[in-house]
Amino acid sequence: MSMDGAGVLKRTLTEDEAAILDAWNASLQGGTSLQSGRIRMAELQTQAKAVFSQLRNAIVSGGLDADGEHFVPLRESLADISRSRAIQGFTPTDTANFVFSLKEPIFEALRRMSAADDSGFAASVLAAGKILDRLGLQTMEVFLASREEVIGRQGQEIAELSTPVVRLWDGILALPLIGTLDSARTGVVMENLLQAIVDEEAEIAIIDITGVPTVDTLVAQHLLKTVAAARLMGADCIVSGIRPQIAQTMVHLGVELNVVSKATLADAFAVALRRTGRKIVRQQTASTEERR
Amino acid sequence: MTKAETLPIRSGDDVVRVRQRVRTLCIEIGLGLVDQTKFVTAASELARNTLDYGGGGDVRAEVVQTGTRKGLRLTFEDEGPGIADIEQALTDHFTSGGGLGLGLGGAKRLSNEFHIESTPGVGTRVTVVRWK
Amino acid sequence: MDRIPILKLGGALIVTIQVDMQDRLAIALEEDLSAMIARTGARGVLIEISALEIVDSFIGRMLVSIAAVSRVLDAETVVAGMRPAVAITLVELGLELTGIRTALNVERGMAIIQSRIAEEGEGHGGDWDRDES
Repeated sequence: MSMDGAGVLKRTLTEDEAAILDAWNASLQGGTSLQSGRIRMAELQTQAKAVFSQLRNAIVSGGLDADGEHFVPLRESLADISRSRAIQGFTPTDTANFVFSLKEPIFEALRRMSAADDSGFAASVLAAGKILDRLGLQTMEVFLASREEVIGRQGQEIAELSTPVVRLWDGILALPLIGTLDSARTGVVMENLLQAIVDEEAEIAIIDITGVPTVDTLVAQHLLKTVAAARLMGADCIVSGIRPQIAQTMVHLGVELNVVSKATLADAFAVALRRTGRKIVRQQTASTEERR
Repeated sequence: MTKAETLPIRSGDDVVRVRQRVRTLCIEIGLGLVDQTKFVTAASELARNTLDYGGGGDVRAEVVQTGTRKGLRLTFEDEGPGIADIEQALTDHFTSGGGLGLGLGGAKRLSNEFHIESTPGVGTRVTVVRWK
Repeated sequence: MDRIPILKLGGALIVTIQVDMQDRLAIALEEDLSAMIARTGARGVLIEISALEIVDSFIGRMLVSIAAVSRVLDAETVVAGMRPAVAITLVELGLELTGIRTALNVERGMAIIQSRIAEEGEGHGGDWDRDES
């Protein structure tokens, strides 16, 4: 009796489960995922078992279309697995191989099942291959999307980490900027500064750009906007440490009209203290005593 | 996975409702606080334009997705007198009503994508998108 | 229709905006404030907006116009407590709020108004520009 591909596949997956799983586990055991030390065999086996039973359920319940509704639970588990692979730092190959390494065990089992029925064998291999290829590709898509997410988050974390807002005095904040400013980073920095102004009830914020090698027009505009936004909130900004080249950029933009700027952070701090009604006084007695 | 809804803009209260609904949708697609505020403000400007200059209309709000990027698209439509010179209407401080004349230009600056079509005597349609 | 309550404290009028304002409510506030300044002879108007999630060009225009009217009636307007996201958006929108003084919170805002009243009491009236020294 000859069967169609789907029939052979269904019967094989149902009746030959143990052998297929054994072969798959053996293949996973020798694979590079395990050697990388990022995952333990027991975990791999659990995942393999779950994925296999969902694959069998999907196919038995009538689906050969890997994008169809029968495959929803399986696609979701595979997506979860690839997401965790991406976060754990697996290579794309290792991740894809998890699904692709199931091909050989299934093909072998199909050969055993179809015995002399060549056309049934060919049809079932074609069907199984199609499903597994599609699932493998979906795995990769999720893997890449998760990686992008990780990278994006890291970028944001770096932007936040590298720009601390420090409190110089009661009501006086400083934002020492270091390194190249791009528009995205400047945006994050500025939001942090404005939030810090609220949290600390700061009257004056000093933006020190001594450590910034270049300021392009977009970044200069961002700085200006921040100063304007701070003013709307009731705080004043002083920009300090502007290099000569940067000063030129800013002058070309007409910046010098709207921003109070000082050569150094120390100068800016002195202005801030004076504006908040404070004065720095040298302790005369102490210094004369030292001289003796 | 696009979902769309249409809200009427017939009164001042409707403008408030549009703002609140756009805020909720911005949060749903995961926009940060500043981006939310920018886009809600843009929506407020455009909703008021629809009401004041277009004589009322409605707004269609859709969550859109390209690849991994999610966004919110708003389409404001009215059947009012239309705008003869769009270029001029987009210039800051141009106004035919009583505003500061920042409505259209401001909404454009607060959105990632901005598109306007208008036919005098037929109506105006403004589309804005903000991507996450 | 609802109206936003205006409090009088010393020589100042205080308004806290806590709702997402409909345009008509904003217009009513502007009218009420002008009438109240004239009636009470207040020297300062403090508008507290820390609850406002957005300020669009309409509300911005209302603030500018309240400040302008107040100035004519010899009162200074201070807007206090604007949120960072709102401030960033206003700047992007291109709204400058000319003629309005700003303060981080009600306390600072009141201090600005009080010092103006005190200074005028001592006979040092005149322009009240920010000290840029």
